[in-house]
Amino acid sequence: MIEISVNGRTQSVDAEPDTPLLWVLRDWLGMTGTKYGCGIAQCGACSVLVDGQAMRSCQVPVESVAGQQILTIEAMADHPVGKKVVEAWVAAQAPQCGYCQSGQVIAATGMLLQTPKPTEDDIAGAMTNLCRCGTYLDIAAAVKRAAETA
Amino acid sequence: MNSITRPSLPPGGIANLSRRGLLGAAGIGTLLLGFGLPTAARAQKGPPMSRHATAVAAYLQIRPDGTIRLLSPFVEGGQGIATSSAQIIAEELDADPAQFVVECAPAGAEYQIMFGDQVRFTGGSFSTRASYTTFRKLGATARAMLVQAAAQRWGVPTAEVTTSPGRVLHAASSRSLGYGELAEAAAKLPVPADASLKDAAQFRVIGKPTPRLDVRAKSTGAAKYGIDSAAPGMLQAAIAHAPRLGQEPATLGNEAAVRAMPGVHSVHRLPGAVAVLADRWWRARQAVEALEIGWTGGTLPEDFSSASQLAGFKAAAGGAAQVAETRGDLEAGMRGAAKVVEAEYDAPYLAHAQLEPPSALAVFAADGTLDLTMPNQAPEMYREVAAKLAGLQPGQVRIHSPLLGGFFGRHFLYDTANVFPQAIALAKAVGRPVKVIWSREEEFRRDAYRPLSYTKLRAGLDAQGMPVALQAVAVGEGPLGRHMAGFLANPKVDDSVVEGLTEKPYGIAHHRVDYVHSKQPVNIGFWRSVAHSMNDFFYESFLDELAVTAGRDPFEYRMALLAGSPRHATLLKAAAELSGGWQRGPYDAADGTKRARGCAMASPFGSEVATIAEVSLKDGEVVVHHLWVAIDPGQIVNPAIVAAQVRSAAAIGLSSALLEEVVFEKGEPQALNFDAYPILPPARMPQISVRIVESGAPMGGVGEPGTPGVPPAVANAVAALTGQRIRSLPLAKARLGTT
Ligand code: FES
Ligand code: FES
Repeated sequence: MIEISVNGRTQSVDAEPDTPLLWVLRDWLGMTGTKYGCGIAQCGACSVLVDGQAMRSCQVPVESVAGQQILTIEAMADHPVGKKVVEAWVAAQAPQCGYCQSGQVIAATGMLLQTPKPTEDDIAGAMTNLCRCGTYLDIAAAVKRAAETA
Repeated sequence: MNSITRPSLPPGGIANLSRRGLLGAAGIGTLLLGFGLPTAARAQKGPPMSRHATAVAAYLQIRPDGTIRLLSPFVEGGQGIATSSAQIIAEELDADPAQFVVECAPAGAEYQIMFGDQVRFTGGSFSTRASYTTFRKLGATARAMLVQAAAQRWGVPTAEVTTSPGRVLHAASSRSLGYGELAEAAAKLPVPADASLKDAAQFRVIGKPTPRLDVRAKSTGAAKYGIDSAAPGMLQAAIAHAPRLGQEPATLGNEAAVRAMPGVHSVHRLPGAVAVLADRWWRARQAVEALEIGWTGGTLPEDFSSASQLAGFKAAAGGAAQVAETRGDLEAGMRGAAKVVEAEYDAPYLAHAQLEPPSALAVFAADGTLDLTMPNQAPEMYREVAAKLAGLQPGQVRIHSPLLGGFFGRHFLYDTANVFPQAIALAKAVGRPVKVIWSREEEFRRDAYRPLSYTKLRAGLDAQGMPVALQAVAVGEGPLGRHMAGFLANPKVDDSVVEGLTEKPYGIAHHRVDYVHSKQPVNIGFWRSVAHSMNDFFYESFLDELAVTAGRDPFEYRMALLAGSPRHATLLKAAAELSGGWQRGPYDAADGTKRARGCAMASPFGSEVATIAEVSLKDGEVVVHHLWVAIDPGQIVNPAIVAAQVRSAAAIGLSSALLEEVVFEKGEPQALNFDAYPILPPARMPQISVRIVESGAPMGGVGEPGTPGVPPAVANAVAALTGQRIRSLPLAKARLGTT
C-alpha cells in the first residue's frame, strides 16, 4: 500500500510502486479528469500539480510522490489560482475537443503559482502542452486574462 | 467528401459491399458496410428537411426546471455542433441556448436525417448544413405545442398567446408559464405539421457568438470521453498489435509468466493482435509489453515502404485513366499553347493524432443485449457491424457516443483501425464488461492514415503567360472508395482522391482532371478536409509556378483568372484586405527578418476560402508569422464557432505542411508516438486572422475548409522568399535557404 495525498485527501492505493501517477489517479482512484495522451511526456495532457509544480504524471512513479501534495484538475475550480484560470478559460472559450485542456489549465496554474506576473518568455516556457485542435491562440488569450486577474 | 455535398439521394438502404477475412482468425470477421446510395436522383433543391423534423419527442425533453435536453444526431468533438444545434432549435423554440443540455442520440432511424433520411454521420463538415432546416422546424413545432398547451390551460385562443425565451405569455391577462411547467401537457398534444418558421430578419440567436455549452466542463476535468467510461466488474484490455498489418500471433513465449503478473486476468489472441486483460489498464499494458510474441504472415508486404508506394503511383500514372471532370478540349488547348509547364507533386501518409487514444467499452447485459461505448462518428453504421460481430440484431445493440477527444475523421468504420471488434470479442470470451484502450503506440500502428498521394500537372500557357489548358492526373486510392464505396457519385472515380483538383473557380478554357486508380495496401481514412488536404496544395502551388513562369504576380494572376467568378474574386480581395493589402515580397520586417507572402484559394465542402501566409526563415526552417483566412460559407449560425474552427483547421493544415509524415519502412510505420511524429507545438503557432464573408450562397461547411489553403499559401510564400518550389510535403524534409 502506498499513501498519497490527492486534492487534500490521503488515499491508500495497492499499486506497484513504479506505477505512473497518471494511472493511479485514473484507474485506482477513478479521477478521470487527468488525461492520457502519449505516456512519454510529450503532450502534457496528464499534467498535475505536485507541491505546486506542474508535472507530467505519466512519467511520475507513484512512490516518488508519497508525502507530497498532489492537486489535479478536479481541484482547480476551488483552488485560489486555479479558479481564476478556469474562469479565464471559460471566458476565452479556449477548449475545443477539450481533451488537452485539463493539462493546459494545470500548466497555466502551475506557472502562475511560480510566476504570478509572467513575461511572454515565461508563458512560452511553461505552456508547452500539445493541442491537436490548435487552440493555442485561445489558450494564450486565456493565460493573459488569468495572469491579469491572478 | 465533396461528392456527397450536393445530392440528396433516394432511399437505398445499407449494402454489405464486401466481406474481408482479415479479422477471421478469432471469428470476429469484420464487415465492411457501404451505404447503397443510388446516384441517379440527385435533384432535390434547397435546404434539406428531414421527415423526422417534427419528431419532437425523439429529440427534445423539456424538464420541469426549464432545461432542455437535446438528443442530437451529431457527435461533439470540439467543432461546436452541440452549441450551434442548440442555437438553431432555440431560435425557433424561443428559448435560451444556455438552457440546453446536448447529448449524442443513440442509434435509431429517427436520427438518420441526412441524404433523404438514410444515414447520419458526423463528418464532411456536413452537420449544420444537413440539419439546419430540420432543426428549425423541430424548434418551431415544439414551440407551437407549448403555445397550444398554454392556450388550453388558460382557455384563450392560441392567437393571443406569445412567447419570450423559455416562457409562454398571455399579455391580455398578464399570465405566463415557464416551458418546464407546460412540457408535460404539451407532450400529450398531437404534433402539428404546419408550424411556420421565422423570417430570418427576426433572428435573435442564429448569427450570434453564443458561448459554447461545454467549455466549463472541459476546463474543469468534468467532461467525460470514451476513454473515461467504466462499468461495474469491468476488466481492462491492453493490446499489442502486429508490427505489420495482417500478421497474426503465432507463438507466445512466456504466457505463463505474464499470466502471473500483478492484476492479470487472461491473455487472448485476436486477429492481428494479442490482448491482455487485467483489473487496471496499466497492469494490462505492462503485461502485454512483457509478452514475447512471434508473428506470422502479413498482408502488407515485408518490403513495403512509403517510398515504394510513391514509386508505384508514379509508375501507374501512365495507365488507364478515368476522366473525373472535363471542360473544353484539353489536347487542342495544349496544341495551341505558347508554352507547356509540367510538374509532379506528392504528399505523405498522415496520422490523425487526435489526442484521445481510441477505446471501446463492451458490456453484455443479462438478456444478451450489448451496450457499446466508444468514440464514433456514425452510430448506426457502428451498430450494424457490432450486431453482426456479436451475433445480435441491430436493435439489441445500444451505441453510446461520448464526447470525442478530437476526431478529424478518425472514427468511421475502418476495418482494422476500429477498437470495438476487440472489445466485443473479449467481453464475450470472459463474460464480463471489457474496456479496451489502445496505447498511443498501438494507435499509431493501426490508424487509417490520410492516403499518400501523387499528382501530375501540366498546363499550356498563352503568349501572355495565362493558362489556356490545364490537366491534372491524380493517382491513387481514397477512403471513400475503400470504406464507403456506396457514397461514390461515380463508382469509377474516387472523389476522395480528386476533390480539390476538380471544381476550381479559375477561368481556364480547357481543363481536365484524370483519375488513375491504383491500390495501396495500407489502411487509409478520412483526414480533416480529405483530398483537399493535399490536392489544394498541389493545384495552388502549381498555379503559383505558372504565375512565376509568366513573370506575373501570383495574386494578380489569380485575380485575372477569377474575372468570371465574382464570389471568389471578392473573397480573395477580402483576404488581401485583411492582411493589410497584398504584397508578395520579399520585404524587410520591423524585427529585421526578411519575409514574404503566398496566397491560395480552396473550395472545400461547399465553402470558399482564401488564405494568405507570411513566412521568414530561421536556421533553414520556415517560420510562419501570420495566416489570414477569408471564408465564405454562404451563411452561418455562430461566428465565434466559425472563427474558432477556422483557426483550428488552419493550425492542423499548418502542422501537416511543416511537420507531419507517416513513413513506412519494411512494412511498418516508423513513428509510434509524438516524439517521432511531431504535431504543431505552441511555439510554432502563428497569428491567425479570420474574416467571415456571408455571401448568402447555400450553406457550406466550416469544420474543415480552413485546412487546405494553408499548405499552399505557406509553400507559395516560401517560394517567394527563397525561389525554392516545394513539391513534396512536409516542408521539414526540405533544405531551405534564402536566395
Ligand atoms: S500523457 Fe503524459 S505527457 Fe502525454
Ligand atoms: S482542445 Fe482538442 S486537443 Fe486541445
